[in-house]
Amino acid sequence: MTYIAKPKFHHPGLKKNELGYTHRDYEGKISTLCAGCGHDSITASIIEACYELSIEPHRVAKISGIGCSSKTPDYFLGNSHGFNSVHGRMPSVLTGANLANRDLIYLGVSGDGDSASIGFGQFAHSIRRGVNMTYIVENNGVYGLTKGQFSATADRGSKSKKGVTNTDNAIDLVAIALQLGATFVARSFSGDKTQLVPLIAAAIRHKGASFIDVISPCIAFNNHAGSTKSFDYVREHNDAVNRLDVLVGRDPIAVDYAPGMVQVVEQHDGSKVALRKIDADYDPHDRLGAMTFLQKHAAKGQIVTGLLYVDPEAEDLHEHLNTVETPLNTLEADALCPGSAVLDKINASLR
Amino acid sequence: MPDKKPISSVNDFVVRFANVNGSGSASANELFARAILRHGVPVSPRNIFPSNIQGLPTWYEVRVTEAGHLGARGGVDMMVAMNPQTWDKDVAGIEPGGYLFYDSTKPMPSTKFRDDITVIGVPLTAITNSTYTDPRQRQLFKNIIYLGALCALLDMDPKVIEQLIGEQYKGKEKLLSSNVHALHLGRDWALQNLKCPIGLRIKRADKVGDRIFIEGNSAAALGAVYGGATVCAWYPITPSSSVAEAFTSHCKKYRHDPETGKAKYAIVQGEDELASIGIVIGASWNGARAFTATSGPGISLMTEFIGLSYFAEIPAVIMNIQRAGPSTGMPTRTQQCDIIACAYASHGDTKHVLLFPEDPAEAFEFAAASFDLAERLQTTIFLMLDLDIGMNHRLCRPLKWDDAKQYDRGKVMTAEMLEEGRDFGRYLDVDGDGIPYRTYPGTHPTKGSYFTRGTSRDRYARYSEEGPVYADNMQRLVRKFETAQDLVPRPLQANAERPTKYGVIYFGSTSPAMDEAIGLLEARGHQLDRLRIRAFPFHSSVASFLAEHDFVYVVEQNRDSQLRQLIVNENGIDPVRLVPIVHYDGTPITARFIAKAIGDHQDHLKVTPLRKAVS
Repeated sequence: MTYIAKPKFHHPGLKKNELGYTHRDYEGKISTLCAGCGHDSITASIIEACYELSIEPHRVAKISGIGCSSKTPDYFLGNSHGFNSVHGRMPSVLTGANLANRDLIYLGVSGDGDSASIGFGQFAHSIRRGVNMTYIVENNGVYGLTKGQFSATADRGSKSKKGVTNTDNAIDLVAIALQLGATFVARSFSGDKTQLVPLIAAAIRHKGASFIDVISPCIAFNNHAGSTKSFDYVREHNDAVNRLDVLVGRDPIAVDYAPGMVQVVEQHDGSKVALRKIDADYDPHDRLGAMTFLQKHAAKGQIVTGLLYVDPEAEDLHEHLNTVETPLNTLEADALCPGSAVLDKINASLR
Repeated sequence: MPDKKPISSVNDFVVRFANVNGSGSASANELFARAILRHGVPVSPRNIFPSNIQGLPTWYEVRVTEAGHLGARGGVDMMVAMNPQTWDKDVAGIEPGGYLFYDSTKPMPSTKFRDDITVIGVPLTAITNSTYTDPRQRQLFKNIIYLGALCALLDMDPKVIEQLIGEQYKGKEKLLSSNVHALHLGRDWALQNLKCPIGLRIKRADKVGDRIFIEGNSAAALGAVYGGATVCAWYPITPSSSVAEAFTSHCKKYRHDPETGKAKYAIVQGEDELASIGIVIGASWNGARAFTATSGPGISLMTEFIGLSYFAEIPAVIMNIQRAGPSTGMPTRTQQCDIIACAYASHGDTKHVLLFPEDPAEAFEFAAASFDLAERLQTTIFLMLDLDIGMNHRLCRPLKWDDAKQYDRGKVMTAEMLEEGRDFGRYLDVDGDGIPYRTYPGTHPTKGSYFTRGTSRDRYARYSEEGPVYADNMQRLVRKFETAQDLVPRPLQANAERPTKYGVIYFGSTSPAMDEAIGLLEARGHQLDRLRIRAFPFHSSVASFLAEHDFVYVVEQNRDSQLRQLIVNENGIDPVRLVPIVHYDGTPITARFIAKAIGDHQDHLKVTPLRKAVS
């Protein structure tokens, strides 16, 4: 762990985004995770995605549970409010926060212990409710803070650092998210920033429940021979279905999209997700196809990465509940209280 | 004629209906209670039901009480025995000289009756079968027919019941006329075949005044609407479910934007209690007024989050409608048994604010106030009802609201305040009251953001495991709890007519039984000063009351005298001076019980009643 304060000095020549913010404006505290942790790479990708989207950092609420992954919101968007809640309960806290103020951007950061075990129910229900959020699981298949126990995403047959073989089947959070009706489902690898940054950016722009499972090797407890979440293993078994870029409506640059190789997905808010297919047959609008594709490759021992499914017409929880556009946390007595005259009528009806 | 003189009483008796759950009797029985109210006579009804859906026994008791005693009395003057399964128990429960009303279609052997009661048989099944062919109609109208017979037996005005039926089925003429017809079927049969009225009678009076008749859960839900709650997350559990259901119903009526039709509220039925309180905490953290409603088992599940709310200082309102525990206990029976569990919920050193309303009117007021308190104190507030208040209609004063009232959002630092250069430390005790300022997420681009966590941190919300920093924070939380003493509703004291060395402390739904018990104790020669506790932390007047009396009885509805434990623990007094009076069989405590328990204790202490000492 390090307690070195991060210098506040900004180089005047740092590149700025549309709002005039530099990368430094999207950073947080210095990470206290192990050097080389995949989670720090994800942190860097979140910073990059928010910078590229020109998000106002303070308009993001970053919420997590407990564990290595859940520490990471402290390391990005330092001017945002963060909430390190309790183990596995990030989704409910995020849901409540979202209900209170629909105008903010909600980033939920979780881990495999957090989301696939103690918080499996909360993960499932936040997805099925369609909470407008970007839910990122930093998935290393192991409990790092308690020194190396298997998590529920650890593959059957994989070995712990102590040499124990996992005899339980693994939970595939992406498969579950697809089944539960998530309207944006992706998987990536923490070391593949080229793929991960646009995925995060697209997820943020998506209106509805966005879920990204990011394989993130644990340098301390799950990066050994026999692990199926190590850097080496994932590099060897990574089968990307597509590459992806985000086009925000006000930025029409489309440099990477060769004719015939690009699929543009228009989202609810007008932003566009352009997919460059590696697998020519892959259709990211086909939920059933995505589930089949996922299972087929899983059977081959391959990890599918990329944007697996997106519904550009998705609705979120607020639309399901038909709530007012004004954030609920700004409503005061004049808007909420029916008043004494109504109460008199209620009293009269109770006699 | 029975060998005991039949009870003769006007406007002061107890009628109990024994029914089969699911037989549709509830609405007829409630109609009976309402009809007596419309005669200007107060009633105190109670549902007594097991935890099942259909087929098992259920009872509905109506205490007719011109004197206005709203607690349960105990004993039954008239039993309307409509459930063969519970016949023996029901007949045994009738007071000597009381009345048994039953369906006499099938003859009963004389051994099934008692010699000291009056038996009234009405061939209800025969009447319904000769009038209706549809099985469901036969079942439902049988209830209205016995209501009609009671109308004649108790000398009630049928027009009052007709009017109530008219209000119930307004716009549904067919239902209205068929119900009125059934009412008269029963009434006419009774008038023609029985000696009406019996010794128990309803006589018009003017003792109800402007009081209203409402369930505590509904009143609490209305309090949440008036108190500005916009987010409700809940998970069904008896006896609290009707809070959220009533909140939903009230919101649908009063909380939609007239132009867009959109809702100014969000209600989520969580997947469990953990999610429900998590949603409440997330919403409150983000500046909305949020609550959940649950019961004891739900509180058990929520305790981890409640600890977070305490330590991270996030407002939350939990309405706990208590039932008999531990574990599943008796889900449909009343108790006041979550006092300790809520006061110290969660691990580590925690203390929480509890509010104890005595009736629906206070349930409304305290529910509305709980949102101010939660935001003011930035912590969890427990509204402690119980099944007896929550799921029973109770007569209470009308609900009142001051239109000039604005919500107290507590110490919230705005963008303007931050811009002025105000020092913001999330856990900084600026005013010495232990309450820090908070900011809502998204307030300012560069100032006022902080990280909320359940781990220890310093005054500026920076993670720290330094011992002195942790202790400093914990001491501030103690200061905050002391501040709460003066913000929560104060105890109400009522002194005996003559000076006394003895006092009694009570709270919540015990209130009406206690009020009545005082009269019974005075009649027995015992004088007691009363203190009704309305909140925890205890106001200093609780300690004063204890100091002023040699012995103080603590009356409560749980086995371990939990409020007494809390008083001893928080005031550091000799527990011997606090005498527990406990009632915990799941039925509401009665005046008879309290008066006997305290009276016997006083006699046991060989305390000479003041009246005798004077003589």
